[in-house]
Amino acid sequence: MTKQKLVLIGNGMAGIRTIEEILKMNPDGFDITVFGTEPYPNYNRIQLSKVLQGDTTLKDITLNEWSWYEDNNIRLYPGESVSRIDKEKQIVYTDKGKVQPYDKLIIATGSNPFMLPLPGADKEGVIAFRNIKDTETIVEYAKKHKKAAVIGGGLLGLEAARGLLNLGMEVDVIHIQDYLMERQLDRKAGKLLQKELEKQGMNFLLEKSTTEILGRKHVTGLQFKDGSRIKADLVVMAVGIKPNVSLALEAGIPISRGILVNDHLETEVPNIYAVGECAEHRGMVYGLVAPLYQQGQALAQHLCGVAGEGYKGSVLSTQLKVSGVDVFSTGKINEDENTKVSILHDDLRGVYQKILFEEEKMVGAVLFGNTKDGNKLLNFIKKGISVQEYVEATQNPEVEVNSIAELPDEEMICGCNGVTKGAIVEAIQTQGLTTVDQVKGCTNASRSCGGCKSLVSELLQCTLGDSYDANQKEAICACTTLSRDEVVHEIKEKGLTHIREVMNVLGWTTDGCSKCRPALNYYLGMIDPLRYEDEKEARYVNERMHANIQKDGTYSVVPRMYGGVTTSEELRKIANVADKYKVGTIKVTGGQRIDLLGVKKEDLPKIWEELDMPSGSAYAKGLRTVKTCVGENYCRFGTQDSIGLGIQLEKKFEGLNTPHKVKMAVSACPRNCAESGIKDVGIVGVEGAWEMHVGGNGGTHLREADLLFKFKSGEDLVEMIGAFLQYYRETANYLERTSAWVDRLGLDHIKEVLSEKSKVMELNSRIEEALSIVQDPWKEAIENKTLLRDLYQTVKIPTETK
Amino acid sequence: MENTLRPVLVGKVSELPEKLGKTVTIGMKEIAVFKLESGKIRAIENRCPHKGGVLAEGIVSGDYVFCPMHDWKISVVDGNVQEPDIGCVETYPVEIKEDQVFILIED
Ligand code: SRM
Ligand SMILES: Cc1cc2nc3c(=O)[nH]c(=O)nc-3n(C[C@H](O)[C@H](O)[C@H](O)COP(=O)(O)OP(=O)(O)OC[C@H]3O[C@@H](n4cnc5c(N)ncnc54)[C@H](O)[C@@H]3O)c2cc1C
Ligand code: SF4
Ligand code: FES
Repeated sequence: MTKQKLVLIGNGMAGIRTIEEILKMNPDGFDITVFGTEPYPNYNRIQLSKVLQGDTTLKDITLNEWSWYEDNNIRLYPGESVSRIDKEKQIVYTDKGKVQPYDKLIIATGSNPFMLPLPGADKEGVIAFRNIKDTETIVEYAKKHKKAAVIGGGLLGLEAARGLLNLGMEVDVIHIQDYLMERQLDRKAGKLLQKELEKQGMNFLLEKSTTEILGRKHVTGLQFKDGSRIKADLVVMAVGIKPNVSLALEAGIPISRGILVNDHLETEVPNIYAVGECAEHRGMVYGLVAPLYQQGQALAQHLCGVAGEGYKGSVLSTQLKVSGVDVFSTGKINEDENTKVSILHDDLRGVYQKILFEEEKMVGAVLFGNTKDGNKLLNFIKKGISVQEYVEATQNPEVEVNSIAELPDEEMICGCNGVTKGAIVEAIQTQGLTTVDQVKGCTNASRSCGGCKSLVSELLQCTLGDSYDANQKEAICACTTLSRDEVVHEIKEKGLTHIREVMNVLGWTTDGCSKCRPALNYYLGMIDPLRYEDEKEARYVNERMHANIQKDGTYSVVPRMYGGVTTSEELRKIANVADKYKVGTIKVTGGQRIDLLGVKKEDLPKIWEELDMPSGSAYAKGLRTVKTCVGENYCRFGTQDSIGLGIQLEKKFEGLNTPHKVKMAVSACPRNCAESGIKDVGIVGVEGAWEMHVGGNGGTHLREADLLFKFKSGEDLVEMIGAFLQYYRETANYLERTSAWVDRLGLDHIKEVLSEKSKVMELNSRIEEALSIVQDPWKEAIENKTLLRDLYQTVKIPTETK
Repeated sequence: MENTLRPVLVGKVSELPEKLGKTVTIGMKEIAVFKLESGKIRAIENRCPHKGGVLAEGIVSGDYVFCPMHDWKISVVDGNVQEPDIGCVETYPVEIKEDQVFILIED
């Protein structure tokens, strides 16, 4: 029997999910062709917000790799759009001239962002936020411009605004209503949300209607109806979406707002189906993946002839993906004369919860501040539980569902993909799953917005008991299934001594990659510093070359200036090499020292030799700088010798290998001119004592350091810093900054460990061991002929004349 | 006229660092030469198709090099960029005679 030709228009989330469902039910039933305008495999559009916010990268949001299409014999035409459907002849035509006949056709063309038709809306710098290209454009803009305006205070607008803040822009959010997210929240929750986001640095212009986008070629600002104006170099429009129905419209397939479909997702034309945001079902057009995935399942069942009740519509729930803000809403959100509400509002804890009932049934909920119960409430609504059942469930402490273990099996865990607790537990048990990633792979739970990851982790915990370790069960990379702790344990237990041996003995499935080889190199060195021979081949370029590579392949040179203190002699040497080697730029770094930028690879050793200064390790996963303030010797507020201590610390810990870079600072009073509050180890001098703060970070995820201990004596302080650093070296994951590590282990735990005098001494003896082998890497390179040849020399062959 | 391949001597096998890349310029061409863990020697264009990163400085694992700029994974055997990224770099045939390494360049 020849296979039916199935053609999918739109290589996006709903279309491909439908194909996945079809492949599950009938893997060989169809000859499948997919056309997609975007030049990528199917990716997780939802996570674009997280990409913009810096929590993940474009690389990591692919849902179906190219190989998935190949493995399933799907012909994919990326970067190719269908331009016409001939419904009589059953043929589609593409913009690249392809002619493709079909037996069954699925339209899954999603939506287009709605652009307000304002004067000036076509200026450069006015964009939407819908796809990878938009995301890349926004990131590029943020590099060059400062002021952004987001039009639209809904989910998408706020997520975009948070992303723009993270990219370092100032952000005004313009909203036409008097409170945010009015489609998902009531006024109270909307206002609470606004307060929270204002704290994060967003600026809101509410009840503002934009009348014009200003500027010549490029946008320069916005003009409002009330006469006021603001400046903006970038305008992101996030005012809504409209179903992409143009193909259907031209082909004469009936549409209203979206393409009209029945419960089997059939359009009114034979053999043509529509699914996803472009479809309209029982008067509803959806813009969230959960309903779209349900549609996909119903459509797959229909196409494969599997009995099912079809798609009946969905109850929606939404969550805002902005870190530090918990908002959830579902169903009806605003009360009227027919509604009963249960409201809980705690200003002290910043928690607001409203549950709505109509005709004795639960119909909606709005949660702010604590959204733990979100999925439970959504389930209650789907089941239509009554006021009485709800009151009983919340009054009777035994019925109160606190722990995930007590949840009923039909409780929804992953709202996007419709995966229940029962399904996850069963998969864990029958398929021997042990990690969140495996659960994701098998059940789809947490594959979309990722909001339920922690619930999945808890489920693993309570299903597997002690054998599951929530934090450490993540494989170190795709080359192995082993976690960091397992690898470290095996290295110690089996006495493994080099990277190749670890990969062979522990069953690596590849020759390693750029994630695991540097990690193994670190772990091996950390475990046995005296005997391990560092593998420079497994070091990232900057660490191998002892210089930071620049985008054009040149390097930078940052010599040490202990504590940020220099001399006229050092400055002269720097000036001399800069002249001699025609250094592109001389710059003062954010770490209180000098950077020589744009140095040619082969000049590096010569410059180091002539400088005759130690490497500043500005490239190292190790101690970078110790910033200091002027301190008691000069400053009228100074209480301690911050410069002295800073230099002492930098000299003591320079050259140490750590899981990620470590930065320190010493300030001589709480005014904190050395910025001790955002350093891995930040010391603050106060009258007669030193405060030791840890886990600060001034980078991508700003984190204020926590006060660990206070010391009267400088000696005790230095000893504690040694113990702290060694404990970090021994227990952190490779590439985990102290900020993330302190968060993971908990400050209390670290305090407890380091409160034991004997432990502090042990840790110090091990860090001394690690420090005992430190050599200045620049000196080492200059003195080693083979190193010089292997790393710094280029083979140059002039073209011969023939 | 048909293109011919011309061997260009770039150095000795024993002088190439193992599991690392070496930058070789031949006239205007910049080539990254790798001595792999297996001992095989491979030569590819020293320019990442993404944003021009210098591949000779990447981390080499098996038959792949990871670009030092943004970590694209590229086969040093056929020059293909690995998923999820797309693209390819030029590869050059390598010949070893005695201890000498030749790269074959199109005239
Ligand atoms: C040179 C310098 C910028 C400057 O001109 O001031 C710099 C330059 C780079 N930083 Fe930085 N950082 C510099 C101070 C900082 C600071 C400020 C500070 O140290 O007080 C921070 C925030 C503080 C912090 O780390 O907590 C900072 C946070 C980062 C981050 C984000 C780290 C994080 O945990 O989020 C990265 C990325 C990374 O390390 O993964 C980074 C990475 C980089 C790299 C190495 C990017 C790279 O891999 O190529 C940059 C090299 C540029 C080049 O072309 O050579 N740089 N970087 C500063 C060198 C200081 C020094 O003397 O050593
Ligand atoms: C930044 C952002 C954050 C979001 N966050 C969430 C969230 O937290 N939770 C949630 O549930 N939803 C969220 N969404 C919405 C969710 O991503 C969409 O509902 C979902 O992607 C829609 O799936 P779809 O397949 O219908 O459309 P799409 O995923 O848009 O796929 C349609 C594809 O068809 C292609 N196409 C269009 N016309 C043609 C043609 N003629 N020929 C070939 N190809 C064509 C398009 O280029 C597109 O790639 C978010 C969306 C964005 C943009
Ligand atoms: S120097 Fe630091 S802040 Fe500047 S572009 Fe490079 S990584 Fe980003
Ligand atoms: S330049 Fe090679 S990965 Fe970006």
